[in-house]
Amino acid sequence: MGELSKLSIAAARDGLNKGNFSAIELTKDCLLESTKSNQLNAFCIITDELAERQATIADQNIAKKINGNLTGIPLGIKDIFCTKGVKTQAASKILTGFTPPYESTITQKLWNSGAVMIGKLNMDEFAMGSSNETSVYGSCINPWKAQNNQKNLTPGGSSGGSGAAVAANLCLAATGTDTGGSIRQPAAFTGIVGLKPTYGRCSRWGIIAFASSLDQAGPMTKTVRDSAILLGEMSGFDSKDSTSVQKEVPNFESYLDKNIKGKKIGIPREYRVDGMPEEIEALWIEGAEKLKSAGAQIVDISLPHTQYALPTYYVIAPAEASSNLARYDGVRFGERASTDNGEGIDEMYKKTRQNGFGAEVKRRIMIGTYALSAGFYDAYYIRAQKVRKLIQNDFVEVFQKGVDVILTPTTPSAAFQLKDGKKKNPLDMYLNDVFTVTANLAGLPAISVPTGKDKVGLPLGLQLIGKPWGEGDLLRIADVLEKESLFERNINKWW
Amino acid sequence: MVIDTDTVKRVANLARIDVTEKELIPLSKELSTILQFMQRLSDVDVKDVEPLTSVTPMDLNLREDIVNDGEKPKQILMNAPSQSEGFFAVPKVIE
Repeated sequence: MGELSKLSIAAARDGLNKGNFSAIELTKDCLLESTKSNQLNAFCIITDELAERQATIADQNIAKKINGNLTGIPLGIKDIFCTKGVKTQAASKILTGFTPPYESTITQKLWNSGAVMIGKLNMDEFAMGSSNETSVYGSCINPWKAQNNQKNLTPGGSSGGSGAAVAANLCLAATGTDTGGSIRQPAAFTGIVGLKPTYGRCSRWGIIAFASSLDQAGPMTKTVRDSAILLGEMSGFDSKDSTSVQKEVPNFESYLDKNIKGKKIGIPREYRVDGMPEEIEALWIEGAEKLKSAGAQIVDISLPHTQYALPTYYVIAPAEASSNLARYDGVRFGERASTDNGEGIDEMYKKTRQNGFGAEVKRRIMIGTYALSAGFYDAYYIRAQKVRKLIQNDFVEVFQKGVDVILTPTTPSAAFQLKDGKKKNPLDMYLNDVFTVTANLAGLPAISVPTGKDKVGLPLGLQLIGKPWGEGDLLRIADVLEKESLFERNINKWW
Repeated sequence: MVIDTDTVKRVANLARIDVTEKELIPLSKELSTILQFMQRLSDVDVKDVEPLTSVTPMDLNLREDIVNDGEKPKQILMNAPSQSEGFFAVPKVIE
């Protein structure tokens, strides 16, 4: 057992089609691995009965040859996606017991394509965090360990459960969401591939909102090919999301196994930040070399407003969050705090929110409330939106000059130790997003590919940022980077 | 301190979050640090720059103004912490 769960989506699709194994065998293998993974704390819930029902139907469809790309493929779903009849809390106490009576558009599309849900995955509370430590379920733990130290490491965040579950072969792939790097950073920390699509590519309907102008869902997978497959099934216009864009969804797989001769790869000089570890610098140079030897042209580029991306993000994201999270008031769903005799509705709101939100969420709501409050709105929020425009313009100019994709490190370090996050001040934690937030602010697609390891054997990733709607080209170049890197996911199983 | 404890109290009230006395000083420190970081934005020349409100140049999709969903009072109420006779129930509001 445990062999089938190691498969990629592409390999499992092939094996199911050839009849080498059944969907129920594949699903049971993933369920077994998942139930034995308590120490990783990757799952909030394992949906075994649902999974077996879905797998049985998948087998029937395979027998009738009416199967698609995801028929019988076991996936993990981040706890931020509303799943009908299955508890969904975005890892927050305030949503204790919330059971959606509806299904998010993306998960519905996945089930329509025949996918199987293994369970709901751990994350930072309301996706606010970079280490998975703000979850009401407790931290998820990275399956990777340093060679010289057995201490528990963070899988990253906010989609930490997704990263850990895929890297540890508990499921074949997972969904994630990315507001400032929440797919790409955990993908880098766990040695897998994570893709944030162009804003508007995937419907946000039924995904618990954090910062609506930045949030995008995307695939977290073992290979670039799997990201192409899963993205294809997640994408598409949805009338229930007013910012979803009417664009044809290309066959992303058809972009793979192509050469990249003549493609222009931009290396932004502003991403060479102070104090960047040598290993990250070396990884970046090696990545560029690999693409060059595959025929691409490497060009030095400038994105002059990069240094303002983090402060811009940390105005806009909390401002939008403070507005989105106003709905958690103890009236329509979730947990309501008890009130004393004589206390009215205002006390009920305040106690419910004091009791139900964790420290980081409260901090962000308060920062956002401040930035939007009378007298500060122009100085913070409007100014941040203007700087956001300048950040987007930087990218527009670079792409107009013929650059196809931009290559950067995904994170400024490898996975760090758990509990380190708690000692750090909130700002230090925010610096994790330094290379990833720009793609969210500009609405661009970006992918993290594992390309190497640090000196203690921990995975490191490189990020490729593409043009709007350029996921095809992005995957094409990521595919070459993956093939040239020969990254090995050799995790010693300790759980 | 950019955000003093009175400001913390005011913002917490606006956000409808109860804050205890002993949380006030740590919160004012944390929020001030974050705010100082944000103030780097005042270095940027944003003269004549339009604020970005949508990353994709597009008009929001409009649909026909017709009822296309509804009649689900049970589902809407099923997650309510308190309900009564088909309504959400809240503590008494006396103004």
